[in-house]
Amino acid sequence: MATWDTTGHAAAAALRSGEITSVELTSAVLERVASVEADMGAYLTLMGEEALRQAAAADRRLAEGNAPPLCGIPIALKDVLSTAGVRTTCASRILEDFVPPHDATVVTKLQGAGAVVIGKTNMDEFAMGSSNENSAFYPVHNPWRLDRVPGGSSGGSAAAVAADECLVALGSDTGGSIRQPASFCGIVGLKPTYGRVSRYGLVAFASSLDQIGPLAKDVEDAALMLQAIAGHDPKDSTSINATPPDFSEGLDAGVKGMRFGVPAEYFVEGMEPGVERVVRAAIERLAGLGAEIVEVSLPHTSYALTTYYIIAPAEASANLARYNGVKYGYADLDARDVDELMMNSRGTGFGDEVKRRIMLGTYALSSGYYDAYYKKAQQVRTLIKRDFDAAFADVDVLVTPTSPTVAFELGSKTQDPLAMYLSDVMTIPANMAGLPGIAIPGGFSDGMPVGVQLMAPAMEEARLLRAAFALERELDVMADAPAKVV
Amino acid sequence: MLDPKQVEHVAMLARLALSAAEKQAMTESLAQILAHFEELEGLDTSDVEPTAQVIPLPNVLREDVVEPSLSTEDVLANAPRQEAGHLAVPAVLPERQGD
Repeated sequence: MATWDTTGHAAAAALRSGEITSVELTSAVLERVASVEADMGAYLTLMGEEALRQAAAADRRLAEGNAPPLCGIPIALKDVLSTAGVRTTCASRILEDFVPPHDATVVTKLQGAGAVVIGKTNMDEFAMGSSNENSAFYPVHNPWRLDRVPGGSSGGSAAAVAADECLVALGSDTGGSIRQPASFCGIVGLKPTYGRVSRYGLVAFASSLDQIGPLAKDVEDAALMLQAIAGHDPKDSTSINATPPDFSEGLDAGVKGMRFGVPAEYFVEGMEPGVERVVRAAIERLAGLGAEIVEVSLPHTSYALTTYYIIAPAEASANLARYNGVKYGYADLDARDVDELMMNSRGTGFGDEVKRRIMLGTYALSSGYYDAYYKKAQQVRTLIKRDFDAAFADVDVLVTPTSPTVAFELGSKTQDPLAMYLSDVMTIPANMAGLPGIAIPGGFSDGMPVGVQLMAPAMEEARLLRAAFALERELDVMADAPAKVV
Repeated sequence: MLDPKQVEHVAMLARLALSAAEKQAMTESLAQILAHFEELEGLDTSDVEPTAQVIPLPNVLREDVVEPSLSTEDVLANAPRQEAGHLAVPAVLPERQGD
């Protein structure tokens, strides 16, 4: 087994036993990046020299003893997370040369924990997309088949983890942007409860939906990463003031007696048969472990997609007003007046999908349409949330597919925004209700990974991780997985 | 329901310069998406409170005291144009003819 082909927790053990140093591990990962990155396109900015300095510092800390679990572990950060002194582009031309003066709180926490940052990962521009093809710079490829997308918008982070270009990564999830690419790339992706992780320094897309979370090779790593980034932050007024539990404790407690709800609305027309087969088989295995399986109904599920495509663009149109050629970012310096400066800087700086969503959001909020669209969508959001409240009165965890399909071919949906949006139909509801959700590999269909999604009530990440850990161990998917091409 | 004139108006509200081709493409794709929005009309929400955010947090306030913040230099480091420690922009009011 190559040095870079390891999990965070296995590497943490090897670092402590003296089997390897962080400098050796980081060097191996950087070599791996150098050898596959031309095929992958997972990174926008590599931080090799700085990573080796951080690794040397981590080795000193490890030698002293009592280092935190992630000390010396090579990680990657989605390029939507602000890094002081390192450009943060959101994969947009408008932020191509933007160098933040501050770190996101999650970055501060990970650096404090001694994690080694390999680089900033590619993504859909401003996290808007489901295939990573909206990156203004270059697309990302799926390590299982290079002609397939990695999913999005955290496609770079997912592909980097799956291709062993880092051990674990951070992404952000507004409507599925961690879970859907995790599913497409055959890894674990966790969206925590809204408010569990500080959004300070996360470039805002839709503020009532955005949440930062880990992409990892297994559930244990996801738990370690969540532990490192969770907790209250006075700099984020939507951050929940509650001490996070120990997410690794009780991971192996099993699912015997746990009640799993299977919502009928998630097994609908349009889902690939191979996806349904894998998810149904996983549900049977849960039953075999002693879990109770219960049919439940979330009757407003079919409205979630439309509701999302009103609320998220509306919030985005307000959040992205700040890119106007004045404070930072691309500016048309030939503009004759301030209106022209703003119009031209935004017109040139933003890509097609970002413009489309700004237009949609502006329209939905504009005079005469607000009640019909935005207010209506917020009311339907209430109904979606109530569906979950009712379901969780009866069951502990919900189990569904993560996306209706496996990773599709690059270019196959770029001309059809609605078809692209459908890719998130099963992940959006958790964002609408603020719930934690996790995608874990469930099996393969036509040689491509299929993700099983689990959802739990707000603040119940420990329960979610425990269920995911049990299912992961039971399925042991990677034991007879097809080979990746990189 | 959506014509090119409306697209132009919304683009102006959003301060987005769009080319003629972009306006045409935008009119088509927005009309297609908005048609889907109509599915919400059939849902009775007359007695439903809107949800703006999911976590029932009250407004979070802090003491009104000065805390360390970024320096002017740091804040202006990314500014496309600056002048004497300020952000600079071109004319806000158009020059009047004949003045």
